[in-house]
Amino acid sequence: MNRFSQLFVSLDETNKTSEKTAILRDYFENAPPADAAWGVYFLTGRKIRQLIPRARLAEWTMELSGIAPWMFQECYDSVGDLGETLALLLPPVPSSATIDIPLSQLVEERLLPLRDSTPEEQRAGIVDLWMKLSETGRFVLNKIINGSLRLGVSQQLVINALAKSSGLDEATVAHRLMGEWKPTEEFFKALVHEDTGDTESSKPYPFFLSYPLENPSETLGDFSDWYAEWKWDGIRAQLVKRDGQVFIWSRGEELVTERFPEITDAAECLPNGTVLDGEILAWKDAEVLPFHDLQTRITRKTVSKKLLADAPVIFMCFDLLELNGEDKRAESLADRRRLLTGLLTPGALDETPSCRAQLNPVLRVSPLTGGTSWTELAAMRETSRALKVEGLMLKRAISKYGVGRRKGDWWKWKIDPYSVDAVLISAQKGSGKRASLYTDYTFGVWRDGKLVSVAKAYSGLTDAEIRQVDAFVRKNTLEKFGPVRTVKPELVFEIAFEGIQASTRHKSGVAVRFPRILRWRTDKTIQDADSIDALTALLDNEGK
Amino acid sequence: MPLIVSTNKGLYCPSGDFYIDPWRPVERAIITHAHSDHARRFNTNYYCVDRGSGILRYRLGEDLNIIALEYGQVIKFNDVEVSLHPAGHILGSAQVRVQHDGEVWVVSGDYKRDPDPTCEPFEVIPCDTFITESTFGLPIYSWTPDTEVFEAINSWWRRNRDDGKSSLLLGYSLGKAQRLLLGVDSSIGPIYTHGAIEPINDIYRLSGVPIPETTRVPLTKQKIDYSGALIVAPPAVLGSAWTRRFGTVSTAFASGWMRIRGMRRRHAVDRGFTLSDHADWYSLLRTIKETGAKKIFVTHGYSDVLVRYLKDHGIDADTMETQFTGEAEEAEIEQGIASEIDVNASDTEAEQINNSESEISDGNTANE
Repeated sequence: MNRFSQLFVSLDETNKTSEKTAILRDYFENAPPADAAWGVYFLTGRKIRQLIPRARLAEWTMELSGIAPWMFQECYDSVGDLGETLALLLPPVPSSATIDIPLSQLVEERLLPLRDSTPEEQRAGIVDLWMKLSETGRFVLNKIINGSLRLGVSQQLVINALAKSSGLDEATVAHRLMGEWKPTEEFFKALVHEDTGDTESSKPYPFFLSYPLENPSETLGDFSDWYAEWKWDGIRAQLVKRDGQVFIWSRGEELVTERFPEITDAAECLPNGTVLDGEILAWKDAEVLPFHDLQTRITRKTVSKKLLADAPVIFMCFDLLELNGEDKRAESLADRRRLLTGLLTPGALDETPSCRAQLNPVLRVSPLTGGTSWTELAAMRETSRALKVEGLMLKRAISKYGVGRRKGDWWKWKIDPYSVDAVLISAQKGSGKRASLYTDYTFGVWRDGKLVSVAKAYSGLTDAEIRQVDAFVRKNTLEKFGPVRTVKPELVFEIAFEGIQASTRHKSGVAVRFPRILRWRTDKTIQDADSIDALTALLDNEGK
Repeated sequence: MPLIVSTNKGLYCPSGDFYIDPWRPVERAIITHAHSDHARRFNTNYYCVDRGSGILRYRLGEDLNIIALEYGQVIKFNDVEVSLHPAGHILGSAQVRVQHDGEVWVVSGDYKRDPDPTCEPFEVIPCDTFITESTFGLPIYSWTPDTEVFEAINSWWRRNRDDGKSSLLLGYSLGKAQRLLLGVDSSIGPIYTHGAIEPINDIYRLSGVPIPETTRVPLTKQKIDYSGALIVAPPAVLGSAWTRRFGTVSTAFASGWMRIRGMRRRHAVDRGFTLSDHADWYSLLRTIKETGAKKIFVTHGYSDVLVRYLKDHGIDADTMETQFTGEAEEAEIEQGIASEIDVNASDTEAEQINNSESEISDGNTANE
């Protein structure tokens, strides 16, 4: 535990990639494999499901420290993190009374068994640990217990450090970390064991991710070197067919096979040793349905017949990573697309078009947009909203299928978002880095001479602007409702969002998707802010 | 009529016709200490502790009309007796004891109870009414002994030195910086200071505070190898061009706010050392108890919280509105910038550095 706490502290104290890599290497090379396995588990963002309700942890801390609930709330509002608040409020322990428990032992023997214990046993178990750990140890423990431990390293950085300390290449490590695994001593040993070329049949490949295009498309060079596809608004997924079994993996490395029986059935016709990359889309009457409809397929517990009928899905494939058990990622995109098209539309590559037949209508090849110049492509991008896509994907024809988010070969060129000028009407303190600053805002637009809330947004301002808005909120509070302060309507912000739907949650009757602050309109007064009509007009536009 | 009330000009004693730390110009201003939210320009007469008068002049102007008092010395305004007593906040900082008709009120100013060799230790003054600050009035704020903090600072500096890095330690230019300089192990390496801090060091040295030898970071383009050195600077320099001269640098901020991880991350420093010149939660409660006061007024900081807590525990308490900054230490960031500009005014020869310092002055404009 001490080694892991120290790892947390060390990573927290630097933001330099090279230093973080060195810290991780040191950890992987020196921690006992059973502990390192849990280390990798937490470092890659995996969590143990909430062991004990947050309210109970707070309750025990209040009892131990003699602090009243309202005071606890005040402290929490200032700290912005439950695990840290608990650690700061618990009675101090002299360092002579602290002990060091190996991380694996802590998790497997002291924490996980608590899941099936009585509340009394849980209390005894946690309090016993609290009273044996330093403040940092308590903090890390609390974050493990409530599943909110974040170590501030990317998956890529962990992979890089593991590759360096094991002498393996990054792709091998990345592949071994995909999918579901148990953090055991054996797992860690196998993870860093020399490459034997073995892969479990369910394992997907690490996803290759794109960067947003910031410079004009012309800067990418010759148009003919690039493929352009529509950017579909669905769930990115890999479809794996090996040894007669089908697996569907989401980008979050979650197995979602059972959620999409249509795709699983369709994949039966694929040869063994096939891995496809694409987007799951809700699709009906020859067009894509809004993302919201697709979400119902994920959020509902069971996939009912009605759900299948209301929001049927397809798999829009845009890449082929494995064919006949052979890893094709090192081949060019042009070659991979040729293989993909040949696989899903047999005959498509033959001379006579009449032979073309879809293998299965649920498995489709994402079409290229065509076009002959960047200018022409830019004009096509303008039609994205009508086509219900998010914009374009630009991919270099000769590119390999990479690992993680890399600049250079894959770019997303999204359409400009919708935007609306709205007034800051209430604010709440943020968490983490923004604890005790008012950073979570609710914005309103006009309806019948009143401001009605339309969106909450957390991001988009610079640190300096956040401080200014924070000062404004403090000086212009009208009312306090728990942690929320309503403020004098004065500040106007341009809010960007991706989509809009009717909603009962906001007073305005609409909900916007991915709202964020585009800019602070210091040039505008609240009278210049938009009215709800501007939004309801968009609602019609979206066809809902 | 209460002995002290809050008016639009400041904390006022009607019977004695004087103000304490006024925020608008007045005839008679009793100043607890020279931080910018307590000591402002354009008052006619300033009453402060003798040892604090040098800093007050440096901050507000040489031509200030100061009536310097010794700690404990009694001065009369009408028939009101006033005396100043150590607050333990910074050199020459004071609590104000006000007595009239057998009733005693004490205004704490800013104070701390922890040992600090740069200033006189806090003295408990028994009183009927105690007007206290509450900058850190939450139980999450409890300080570790400064010996532990300095051990951590020293080992951070030593490790940076061994890694060939420089160590940039941020602390408010008046008070915190001097406490840091006196607390670190100066045998580890050379110590440099920012232009806003060095003049204050000299004032402290003149008052007999044994601040170790420091060199002001020169404003010229002179090449200096800062690796292994400790540079003490006000927080306002963070992210400015001024910091680029230190090569591979590790940054740290010494402040009570560093108790909270989110605060450290927001300031984007590598290390946070929890060291404050204010009382922590437990010292606030202890002090309130020790004064024996029957009535407590709470000025800036988490005043609502402290008042509610005291009431819950059967102590008569209320907030008292002031313009002392709730987040006092944040306010000192601005102060740090302001004094650097004062310093620059006299540094006309250093033109080549103007670029980097205009960045700092821009920051100042934005803050106003």
